[in-house]
Amino acid sequence: MSPDLLKLIFGRLGFESLPLHEPIVVGTFAVVALGGAALLGGLTYFRLWGYLWREWFTTVDHKRIGIMYMILGIVMLLRGFADALMMRGQQMLAFGGSEGYLNAHHYDQVFTAHGVIMIFFVAMPLVTGLMNYVVPLQIGARDVSFPFLNNFSFWMTVGGAVLVMASLFIGEFARTGWLAYPPLSNIGYSPDVGVDYYIWALQVAGVGTTLSGINLICTIVKLRCPGMTMMKMPVFTWTSLCTNVLIVASFPVLTVVLALLSLDRYVGTNFFTNDFGGSPMMYVNLIWIWGHPEVYILVLPAFGIFSEVTSTFSGKRLFGYTSMVYATVVITILSYLVWLHHFFTMGSGASVNSFFGITTMIISIPTGAKMFNWLFTMYRGRIRYELPMMWTIAFMLTFVIGGMTGVLLAVPPADFVLHNSLFLIAHFHNVIIGGVVFGAFAGISYWFPKAFGFKLDPFWGKMSFWFWVTGFYLAFMPLYVLGLMGVTRRLRVFDDPSLQIWFVIAAIGAFLVLLGILSMLMQFAVSFLRREQLKDVTGDPWDARTLEWATSSPPPDYNFAFTPVVHDNDAWWDMKKHGYQRPLTGFRPIHMPSSTGTGIILAGLATAMGFGLIWYIWWLAAVCFAALLVVGIGHTFNYHRDFDIPAEDVIRTEDARTKLLAGAK
Amino acid sequence: MSRLKILALLPLAAALSGCDYVVLAPAGDIAAQQRDLVIISTVLMLLIVVPVMALTVLFAWRYRQSNTAARYEPEWDHSTKLELVIWSAPLLIIVCLGALTWMGTHLLDPYRTLGRIHADRAVDQSKAPLEVDVVALDWKWLFIYPDYGIATVNELAAPVDRPINFRITASSVMNSFYIPALAGQIYAMPGMETKLHAVVNHAGTYKGFSANYSGAGFSGMHFNFRGLDDKGFDAWIASAKSAGGSLGRAEYLQLEKPSQNEPERRYGTIDSDLYRLILNMCVETGKMCQSEMMAIDAKGGNGHQGLNNTLPLTYDKYARRGTPLGPEPTFVAGTCTPDAPQGKTTASITAPVDTAPLLGAGLKRPSFAPLKSSSFFLGLRPKSDS
Repeated sequence: MSPDLLKLIFGRLGFESLPLHEPIVVGTFAVVALGGAALLGGLTYFRLWGYLWREWFTTVDHKRIGIMYMILGIVMLLRGFADALMMRGQQMLAFGGSEGYLNAHHYDQVFTAHGVIMIFFVAMPLVTGLMNYVVPLQIGARDVSFPFLNNFSFWMTVGGAVLVMASLFIGEFARTGWLAYPPLSNIGYSPDVGVDYYIWALQVAGVGTTLSGINLICTIVKLRCPGMTMMKMPVFTWTSLCTNVLIVASFPVLTVVLALLSLDRYVGTNFFTNDFGGSPMMYVNLIWIWGHPEVYILVLPAFGIFSEVTSTFSGKRLFGYTSMVYATVVITILSYLVWLHHFFTMGSGASVNSFFGITTMIISIPTGAKMFNWLFTMYRGRIRYELPMMWTIAFMLTFVIGGMTGVLLAVPPADFVLHNSLFLIAHFHNVIIGGVVFGAFAGISYWFPKAFGFKLDPFWGKMSFWFWVTGFYLAFMPLYVLGLMGVTRRLRVFDDPSLQIWFVIAAIGAFLVLLGILSMLMQFAVSFLRREQLKDVTGDPWDARTLEWATSSPPPDYNFAFTPVVHDNDAWWDMKKHGYQRPLTGFRPIHMPSSTGTGIILAGLATAMGFGLIWYIWWLAAVCFAALLVVGIGHTFNYHRDFDIPAEDVIRTEDARTKLLAGAK
Repeated sequence: MSRLKILALLPLAAALSGCDYVVLAPAGDIAAQQRDLVIISTVLMLLIVVPVMALTVLFAWRYRQSNTAARYEPEWDHSTKLELVIWSAPLLIIVCLGALTWMGTHLLDPYRTLGRIHADRAVDQSKAPLEVDVVALDWKWLFIYPDYGIATVNELAAPVDRPINFRITASSVMNSFYIPALAGQIYAMPGMETKLHAVVNHAGTYKGFSANYSGAGFSGMHFNFRGLDDKGFDAWIASAKSAGGSLGRAEYLQLEKPSQNEPERRYGTIDSDLYRLILNMCVETGKMCQSEMMAIDAKGGNGHQGLNNTLPLTYDKYARRGTPLGPEPTFVAGTCTPDAPQGKTTASITAPVDTAPLLGAGLKRPSFAPLKSSSFFLGLRPKSDS
């Protein structure tokens, strides 16, 4: 075939795009391909495709979508963490003239992919998954406001993750750092597909995140059960509301800044170029106007989880509910006024720098108030040290250190000496692991019995906990030290041999975290095998306080046979205290949304379009874009959007639960 | 077990392995002041962080389920007094820290000229500061000494106790100019100039590097910064001058091309206009300087003619490729001779030359006089002439 025809069909994709010269990537590919083949073969052998398609892929049930988000987050955690191990290994070895085992081309992709994956495809799915699962149950709703949109949002997030994973084996990922600052990310200095993978993965996933944000705001504002005023909402619902407001207000900024970058790269505009009036500083500002709220998007729901957990396991009302809510709202607003602290060193004047430094410090006031509120929730309580509470204590001790170093970095002259150093790396891992990851794990072990009807195995849970906590401290405290020695981030090789010992300690820490992750997987497996012993039939294994524990575990499709009525912000606690009797008669048909495959089809098309744009396969992008419009419009003619669960089914489900509950007593 | 014990000793071994905590023990006055801020802020925050951590451990232990002797009040969830404390305690710390930040940020603004060279020594006005123009290249550092007519690659030297004025730019992508022993970092950006004022107080050789990832050769983008006494510096200049080698526009375009782990290099003569041309991105002949473009734009531009005054890009800016769909890359052709109008120099911020602590904007330090207790509260203050 002529080269022109090949170019028309395959764009810039060719055999040389496959990273066959990188033995590490080839090895990974072999393992992934074998594992994938085994998985697909197994699904086919056990004839699970139909079940998966009907019950999971096309579902609009917020609970199943929530679980799928969590699975996505955990799978991507394995990839992101593999990147982390590779970095720790490289930095541990590359001393005294050694180049380590990764060349710059590979290493620079690894640290970029690590950041992108951990933020967008681990932390975000874990947080969104927990919100998706828990919020409707906590507010006594039967689903989210827009169930189809929820399914679509999830699959768009998967689409972004698929593009990032594809970059590992087809072409390459960006070599720019996780925020892809121009001019380095512009076409002149990154002419390859890496940055295009970055752009389209985030654009596809970003659509999902924005829509999911709109969905959850509507759900929380409109679908609360009778009696649940705003100031009676559980704190996790409050933090979810604030997080989704942040998402809706900040993700469009990311979408726009990436769109402008792609215009620069594709059609030669000059938004962020060095000359022709472009300004890379504009990009840095815009991306951090999204980027700073993003941190609070991640950490606010974690704060909500810790509030629920502390109150439940201390057997006590949450101390200072009102100040907790106002603290959350204040953080939400302030998070938009601090973005410049990420680049004090870009040459702003002293007054601008001090303004943003001081607003950053002000955020620590409501955050500190929250910390005290958890503390005084424990005060005069009866604390049960189940796994979620252990994660909470670890969080409280770890997060204050990260908070302190964060405020330190907010002092501009201090930032001048610590910016971009390993001190900074230690700081943000300290708050993201200590806050978001510990929060997500607390949430998983707290709500797992709700989702599956059995508790997680405590032994492997505690193994995982101790490996994670000690591993975290061993991995990141050395980085604080290295930062004070003036060691900067993203270095591939080192000259000074006296630094090596610290990197060895950090690598040992990373290895312990690996054991923590493996223990967690083991915990899931063991819990599944021991599910009969760990079974919970009450639906309320922790003697908890909020509405999600009022229904069965796992909850029926319709969540609540009768919409509950709320009189107190610890609604379920209040119901238990007043001798609530579960209604046993009078069930009626329940109106529910139906499943649809449109979401996964649309997301698949969007992903394929992204792939076409990345590789300049214009026909593919055009066909997919047209198909997106056709399927999208076609779906509006789908009138089979809902159905009624017949009263008999409801009666059967509820009777089964009555029997279970009677057996439990 | 013994193996585990060895593991436990690792951190200790590390701490004793002769590490250089350069951020905490710098050699320059600016970095020392920044270090002081780091320490003061940390101590201020520890005032609240330590009690919080202690209380967490205490409450976690005391109110454990098995301790039935501890009080249990499941309905207790509000206390106005406590709320006041938990909001005001962090607030007080932040008020102090905020004041410190405002002062520190203004006093240590990298654009501000130095008022002192050491805690107890004011700047010697008779000595001119050392001017150094810094260019971050892919992936090495170019230092131009305009007053001496020399340039170096990956090697920087300065006399002890003489203020240094850095003007910093970059050739292609963003970097950050950082010598931890000397002063905090500042970004080096193409087509733009940032500034840094600093002074080194102790002779010695220190590490300098880029603190912002800039591509494949980033790890090797470091240099030695030498603090020399006056004699040593003069000798260093002389040796650079005699080193031969000349850095003109053509040589710069060659040097600018990406290369990794470059050795130290010196140029005895330079094109005196080179830094301005790099900053304005017009080292290639025939290309209009940004300063000229801005001067024309400030006068209203050249209308349609100005729009059409572009030429296809033929010079070899490395790896420069066109976008798939847009026009071929172009540049604006020069309309004047290269040594024609220059851009305005940016305004500078000048520090007062006085080592006394600053007491307020522009206020002279009041002369000390013992106050009578009554007059102190009546607000009778010694007259100041400002």
